[in-house]
Amino acid sequence: MAYPPTTDAILYLDGVSVSFDGFKALNALSFLIDPGELRAIIGPNGAGKTTMMDVVTGKTRPDGGTVLFEGKVDLTRQDEAAIAGLGIGRKFQKPTVFEHHSVFDNLLLALKGNRSPYRTLFARLGRDDRGRIDEILGIIRLGHVREEPAGALSHGQKQWLEIGMLLAQDPKLLLVDEPAAGMTDAETAETATLLKEIAQSHSVVVVEHDMAFVRELGCRVTVLHEGSVLAEGSLDQVSADHRVIEVYLGR
Amino acid sequence: MWLTRHIGPAGWTFLFVLAVVATAVPYANQLLPPDHPWHASSYVVGLLGKYLTFALLALSVDLIWGYCGILSLGHGAFFALGGYAMGMYLMRQIGDRGVYADPLLPDFMVFLNWQELPWYWYGFDSFLFAMLMVMLVPGLLAFLFGWFAFRSRVTGVYLSIITQAMTYALMLAFFRNDMGFGGNNGLTDFKDILGFDLQSDATRCALFVASAAALGLGFMLARAVTGSTFGKVLVAIRDAESRTRFLGYRVDHYKLAAFTLSAMMAGVAGALYVPQVGIINPGEFAPANSIEIVVWVAVGGRGTLIGAALGAVVVNYAKTVFTGTFPEYWLFFLGGLFVFVTLFMPRGILGVADDLRRRFRRPSAPSARPADQPAE
Ligand SMILES: Nc1ncnc2c1ncn2[C@@H]1O[C@H](COP(=O)(O)OP(=O)(O)OP(=O)(O)O)[C@@H](O)[C@H]1O
Ligand SMILES: [Mg+2]
Repeated sequence: MAYPPTTDAILYLDGVSVSFDGFKALNALSFLIDPGELRAIIGPNGAGKTTMMDVVTGKTRPDGGTVLFEGKVDLTRQDEAAIAGLGIGRKFQKPTVFEHHSVFDNLLLALKGNRSPYRTLFARLGRDDRGRIDEILGIIRLGHVREEPAGALSHGQKQWLEIGMLLAQDPKLLLVDEPAAGMTDAETAETATLLKEIAQSHSVVVVEHDMAFVRELGCRVTVLHEGSVLAEGSLDQVSADHRVIEVYLGR
Repeated sequence: MWLTRHIGPAGWTFLFVLAVVATAVPYANQLLPPDHPWHASSYVVGLLGKYLTFALLALSVDLIWGYCGILSLGHGAFFALGGYAMGMYLMRQIGDRGVYADPLLPDFMVFLNWQELPWYWYGFDSFLFAMLMVMLVPGLLAFLFGWFAFRSRVTGVYLSIITQAMTYALMLAFFRNDMGFGGNNGLTDFKDILGFDLQSDATRCALFVASAAALGLGFMLARAVTGSTFGKVLVAIRDAESRTRFLGYRVDHYKLAAFTLSAMMAGVAGALYVPQVGIINPGEFAPANSIEIVVWVAVGGRGTLIGAALGAVVVNYAKTVFTGTFPEYWLFFLGGLFVFVTLFMPRGILGVADDLRRRFRRPSAPSARPADQPAE
């Protein structure tokens, strides 16, 4: 096998392909994310955006290609837990919180720390941890429902809880899949502000269909189509691209 | 203290009731005269003691099924292995008082013309060693089984099926005479334990108290585990396994730890069961036995621990009554009960009690409990 290329990128994908029963969900996908960057990824349904996240987080093994984290770790050889341990966190397209756990416990489980069974069996919640969780509860505005089971939250609140879990996890790279889905305009705007804030100290990749939201983020945009990159640049640049208009924006 | 940190009001009530029972039953047996209406015969003491070991067994299943979503249909095997380890100790206690009066070999080995004690029977003359094996053997089997199953991410129905296969295979193995565990007769004709006559009422009472103590301790341990962050991870795995992985938890390690602990608890239950019923044979490995345990837990209320213990006692009491009057219908009743509970009381007896309480009180903070649906 070829020696992996050296790169400064926090996330580096080169020629990544995934096929499901012959259908190419990712087709020689290549792009990179710089450390500290905020990046939006857009593209029509079925473009492969979620599949790309599945590959990066170890859920799906690619048929071929290179996926490097921080220029050195080959993510295709790691499992989900190891990848999370390296510092990659993920918010799912369909919000998945632990429905029977309280909002507080959801954050507690996400909180950065030792994940070994032995440690969790005997650990006591320290004041620092409690303080951090309270702080996050404030940021995601769920302090008033902290003891409610997460299953009782509204769709938008679950989205925020998942973002809160990402904050608690404090990963180096955040992959955020459709954070604004099912939110009101006001909530969407708040979510954009929150993500921009997070991006000050983390690398963030956001997948979103909501163009107002993407504009709000004001970052570089990558357009995916049929499993590969169709265009990349500022939102204005890609929206002017006739191919992008044809497959996505023009519909 | 770690062990008592998460017991809670309901848990303390449970332990209190258990302590009362553990005092009252021996009292009624030892101190009340036989013609007293409250006198407990040795039959009753043995029967209730058996229920307590079943309650501990149910607790062990609830720990993994109720809290981690692992539907083991093979826990009867761990129970039986613990029982066999105890049985081996009891066999060696017989010494030269057997029919063939061989000082070393149990009767069935003499009958098979064996000349020497097999190596795996060594050490079982020591009570301590035997008690160690009671936990180690089921624990080791569970560890090996879980190591392969959980690492390969076998879940749901597939896992349940291979646990059934495991207990079935063990049953066939233990039926064989050349295994050295007494074949289909199993181990029986025990005389005494630690020098105390197994037929005496005092010994029976002591075993009863020991069973209650084991149940109490097992309950406290299970509460400590499920109340800890470890326990919260188990529930997270139950409800959203892959999400838990993306948070960085090694799901297979958690399942393995819980499964092994649970098997050891089941082993202890089996070890206490055998001296009280006086026999252990391969029938205890029967796949149906393991399914029955799951019914106890479902009836009592999955994911509550107390419900599991309660369910074991209630269903087994029903079984005692039933098999006394029309034994041929018991299995139909059990099957019907499971269907009924699944359809109409998905959270079991405790769930119904909880709903009734809520109806009369203001809503209180909901607790972590499994989804209202049958196991996946
Ligand atoms: N596990 C799977 N098995 C088979 N096909 C799959 C699987 N996962 C994804 N696909 C297919 O791969 C393609 C890409 O899916 P993906 O979910 O990555 O799209 P997406 O860009 O996230 O779309 P959306 O905007 O709708 O979320 C789709 O056609 C989808 O049906
Ligand atoms: Mg998607």
